[in-house]
Amino acid sequence: MSTQTQVDLVDYDEAVRRYDPVIGIEVHVELGTLTKMFCAAEVEFGGEPNTQVTPVSLGLPGALPVVNGKAVEYAIRIGLALNCEIAESCRFARKNYFYPDVPKNFQTSQYDEPIAFDGWIDVELEDGTVHRVEIERAHMEEDAGKNTHVGGATGRIHGAEYSLVDYNRAGIPLVEIVTRPITGAGERAPEVARAYVQTLRDIFRALDVSEARMERGNVRADVNLSLRPTPESPLGTRTETKNVNSFRSVERAVRYEVSRQAAVLDAAGTVTQETRHWHEDTGITTPGRVKSDAEDYRYFPEPDLVPVAPSRDWVASIKASLPELPVARRRRLQQEWGYADAEMRDVVNAGALDLIEATVTAGTSPAGARKWWMGELARRAKQTDTELAAMSVTPEQIAQLQGLVDSGRINDKLARQVLEGVLAGEGDPEQVVVARGLEVVSDDGALLAAIDDALAAQPDIVEKVRGGNLGPVGAIIGAVMKATRGQADAGRVRALVIERIG
Amino acid sequence: MTDDLTRLSAADLAAHLVTGDVSSVDATQAHLDRVADVDGAVHAFLHVSGEDALATARDVDARRAAGEDLHPLAGVPIAVKDVVVTKGIPTTAGSKILEGWVPPYDATLVERLRAAGLPILGKTNMDEFAMGSSTEHSAYGNTSNPWDLGRIPGGSGGGSAAAVAAYEAPLAIGTDTGGSIRQPGAVTGTVGVKPTYGGVSRYGLIAMASSLDQAGPVTRTVLDAALLHELIGGHDPRDSTSINEPLPLLVDAARQGAAGDLRGLRIGVVTELNGEGYQAGVSARFAESLEVLQGLGAEVIEVSCPHFRYALGAYYLIMPSEASSNLAKFDGMRFGLRVEPEDGPVTAERVMAATRGQGFGDEVKRRIILGTYALSAGYYDAYYGSAQKVRTLIQRDFDAAFAQADVLVSPTAPTTAFRFGEKLDDPLAMYLNDVATIPANLAGVPGMSLPNGLSDDGLPVGFQILAPVKADDRLYRVGAALEAALENTWGGPLLDRAPELEVSR
Repeated sequence: MSTQTQVDLVDYDEAVRRYDPVIGIEVHVELGTLTKMFCAAEVEFGGEPNTQVTPVSLGLPGALPVVNGKAVEYAIRIGLALNCEIAESCRFARKNYFYPDVPKNFQTSQYDEPIAFDGWIDVELEDGTVHRVEIERAHMEEDAGKNTHVGGATGRIHGAEYSLVDYNRAGIPLVEIVTRPITGAGERAPEVARAYVQTLRDIFRALDVSEARMERGNVRADVNLSLRPTPESPLGTRTETKNVNSFRSVERAVRYEVSRQAAVLDAAGTVTQETRHWHEDTGITTPGRVKSDAEDYRYFPEPDLVPVAPSRDWVASIKASLPELPVARRRRLQQEWGYADAEMRDVVNAGALDLIEATVTAGTSPAGARKWWMGELARRAKQTDTELAAMSVTPEQIAQLQGLVDSGRINDKLARQVLEGVLAGEGDPEQVVVARGLEVVSDDGALLAAIDDALAAQPDIVEKVRGGNLGPVGAIIGAVMKATRGQADAGRVRALVIERIG
Repeated sequence: MTDDLTRLSAADLAAHLVTGDVSSVDATQAHLDRVADVDGAVHAFLHVSGEDALATARDVDARRAAGEDLHPLAGVPIAVKDVVVTKGIPTTAGSKILEGWVPPYDATLVERLRAAGLPILGKTNMDEFAMGSSTEHSAYGNTSNPWDLGRIPGGSGGGSAAAVAAYEAPLAIGTDTGGSIRQPGAVTGTVGVKPTYGGVSRYGLIAMASSLDQAGPVTRTVLDAALLHELIGGHDPRDSTSINEPLPLLVDAARQGAAGDLRGLRIGVVTELNGEGYQAGVSARFAESLEVLQGLGAEVIEVSCPHFRYALGAYYLIMPSEASSNLAKFDGMRFGLRVEPEDGPVTAERVMAATRGQGFGDEVKRRIILGTYALSAGYYDAYYGSAQKVRTLIQRDFDAAFAQADVLVSPTAPTTAFRFGEKLDDPLAMYLNDVATIPANLAGVPGMSLPNGLSDDGLPVGFQILAPVKADDRLYRVGAALEAALENTWGGPLLDRAPELEVSR
């Protein structure tokens, strides 16, 4: 077998012309329960190391696990949202392996009896194409602690002087969701992979089972990929790329593995079934360490726990309480708001859905809300490279702003200045209008004075208008607007000018 | 006031404490003195927590003086097997790998002992991680049988049984995975009860085999066992396998049984747990006890449990499998012994290997290797899987037997106490000691051993009673009836015939 130091890659487009990629994704989500999977240690992000522990999560002699009922409920919620069957009875098992971040030297997980199985979920790509992903299973397990390797250049264990272990994370409940092989995506496999993980993230948030923050590791993905000559061929040998922890990386990792495996196959080589590491910085994968006692975890049913047997009534009540899921919600809102497909997609992709919904709830028309968030605010967000949701303006303020326009107190041009004030932290739109003196001048007396000045300055215009040519009125309006620094209602000025000229 | 407080049963001592003619401090001190006198020879204790015990005793005496309502056993001292974690009191499970470890928490049953005001005298010796039938596998030396200091006190709970038999404690806690309460009871002339699986919380028991382990009372009388069982038993939300139902009334059953009327009771003699392989004196005492029970009105029938002959084989697959996983946590990373390799890099893996290599004794290693093998890919179905099927068959045998009889009986152990070293080099011979006690653990049913006489060699013999799951009260009714009738013929407790131990002070 070739030992490659220089990795050959086939151009992606070329690779997918000649090979059919098949993906499989395992997603781990940390549940947002108050306490751990098997004990009452509280769970909070960022605590001092080893402060969120009990004899159980430290694996002290004599300690016993007890299943967290809330975690089971959350796992069932996830299972139901993914259209899975919920087991009438299922067991935990012990996955035995020695590693210092696993306090008992076995992980309590589910093995052959997952709580949820045989589901599916539709994922939507950016252009609206829908791809169905079949779910094999969703099972409960506990997280490991966190090792920190100190003293090496890379932060990895090799070359480190010593390692520290933080067991705060040990025992945090996880649900692992495993897909069946995802076929039929063809060249769009990377997009499907990304959209799938993104869809799951949205579902976790909608279900309120996890904060689902990728950057905190609440959601972690392992990406399996194999190539085969044609969609009719048997599945090829797969690799599993571990800990691909952003949407973009999921897409990149799939692309990279397609290119790499295509090169191996082109050279008449064999893809090695292995675990690979994803390198965020360089965008490549490398082979993982081969474990000496390869993969014999000596699973057996966890004798310290009785089977989990969710009653059908409980499952039914959880099902009844499920919130509207993101896809359904998007469809409903699009219909209610009357957005075109492309408009809706842009809104979703810009992360403006929640903002627009809140703005509409606060009283703005769907069109008005979209105009602000996808127009002026999107432009400013892009300029400053910030998320829309992170802009320092609330949907309620946007609604108030639009309300001021609708009532005629300010015009569109003034509204942009008001928004500027709001973004600068000068308060609500009302306050900015007052403080900056931006209200439309609706006092006819003040306007007439300005009009008379303008007419006096351009007597020829008066003649033309009187002669029946209304075109030059615009010049007078412009002069009045200039004189009032834009605070005049242009429509009213026009009416007054015509009246004045008679 | 009695001359020697250590000779009283727990129930009698409690009665004296209630009337106030004895203080808990006096009772506790008397037992600590007795430990000081004889434990040099017996070596039942690995750690004596005298200060802790006396502090509890003083507190109980003060509360009693203040007129507080106290538990019936308040102030009665107790010894605890060293496999049960005790906050602030060293706990080793008889292993070097835990030498010096002081647990930061109490087992649920210890919490209950403390809440009820029982002074904890100390921790008792045992086979390492409760693996053995003689206490010879302790990393801290042998415990002697008070009947003959050259003989084993049974195991794994030899320390608790010997402490009670030598009057070092009126009560003790044992644990029983395959007979570790009952077999020591048999060979030391004491009473030991393995409750129904799930009847006493396992939270804080250093696990050997989670699906088999059960804690229970070690005492000199059946009534004392009932009193202690009621105190430590009952539901515990920290143990998922704990039964969420009230215990049957055990003390009442013991009192009722002591009245001696067993009419209407059907006793099943298990064919497979008698006869061949049992010492002649053991079989003779067993037969006599059956006659005594018949004399009390019970009907004795024979029942067959054909799958019991596979029990030992199934047990020696299930127990080591679970143990191999339960003992994985002893790795030098978080608590207890930590050994760095003598040369070469100090990696986590190598520290774990060095620690386990040095910290575990031979019997523990033997079982870890057996269990690791039995759970390995490709062998799981043949070993662990088959053993679980045998377990189901044994449960069915029990079901069928209990459809015919209210309780089942057998000799507790095939022989009386053997000499030190006699079976140490023959693991299979050692394992055969538990042939009569193991089926109860595999099926989760409760069992009791009580003394029923001396064999031809002058050493005590045990009588085992088994009852259906959650019917522990039947053990106490039958046990108390037999105890009362036998003591009547003997003219006092069997332990009165034990040789006086030489006092070393």
